[in-house]
Amino acid sequence: MDKKEVLAKVENLPEVSAFIDEKLEEAGCPMKVQMQIDVAVEEIFVNVASYAYEGKEGLAEIFFDIDSDKKVNITFVDSGVPYDPLKKDDPDVTLSADERQIGGLGIFMVKKTMDDMAYEYKDGKNRLTLIKSLV
Amino acid sequence: MLNINKTQTDKDLVVALEGRLDTMTAPDLESQLQAGLAGVEHLTFDLKGLEYISSAGLRVLLSAQKTMNKQGDMVVKNATEEVKEIFEVTGFTDILTIE
Repeated sequence: MDKKEVLAKVENLPEVSAFIDEKLEEAGCPMKVQMQIDVAVEEIFVNVASYAYEGKEGLAEIFFDIDSDKKVNITFVDSGVPYDPLKKDDPDVTLSADERQIGGLGIFMVKKTMDDMAYEYKDGKNRLTLIKSLV
Repeated sequence: MLNINKTQTDKDLVVALEGRLDTMTAPDLESQLQAGLAGVEHLTFDLKGLEYISSAGLRVLLSAQKTMNKQGDMVVKNATEEVKEIFEVTGFTDILTIE
């Protein structure tokens, strides 16, 4: 298990992405899967950075783990307001450009591309886990 | 990092993107398009050098598509397999004209 701790600010996204990419490259992750995971990490981290602490400063912890079956487990932990992004309604992706709303796509992309996601609020912390198999 | 190269010939604008279109770089592209789309009737995004796109990037493309629906047309070309996969997952293959 590896851990990265940063201030929950959008400008720290490159640091978080670099941490994840380094781990994925070590694991020999295929490029397509790496991009899907990168997108998921960006969406979740930006969500935390934008909303968790309601404009105040706070920490985000990112845990990375990979098991012997090459299943990756990435968990985001913050002490901000309780928020379960999995409860958000999916956007209607069948609508035309003019009908589509700008926004709401991020978490939907994550749901579609990850194998599984889990949310829990425990001990005053949001914990969101992404699970994706590299094989 | 995102490099934005714009080539304009009369009412045709080609925007070539290189690098990452993400939360950090999307605002730059958005502001360049806001300033640059006036009078453009044919907009082409050349994504040959685009390595990565997140929802922040998709939002800018959707917004450009909406603008171009009113004043002309828009085409996206040379997207990599990885970027095309993102377009498919999000239903953008039906919204954008992808060549």
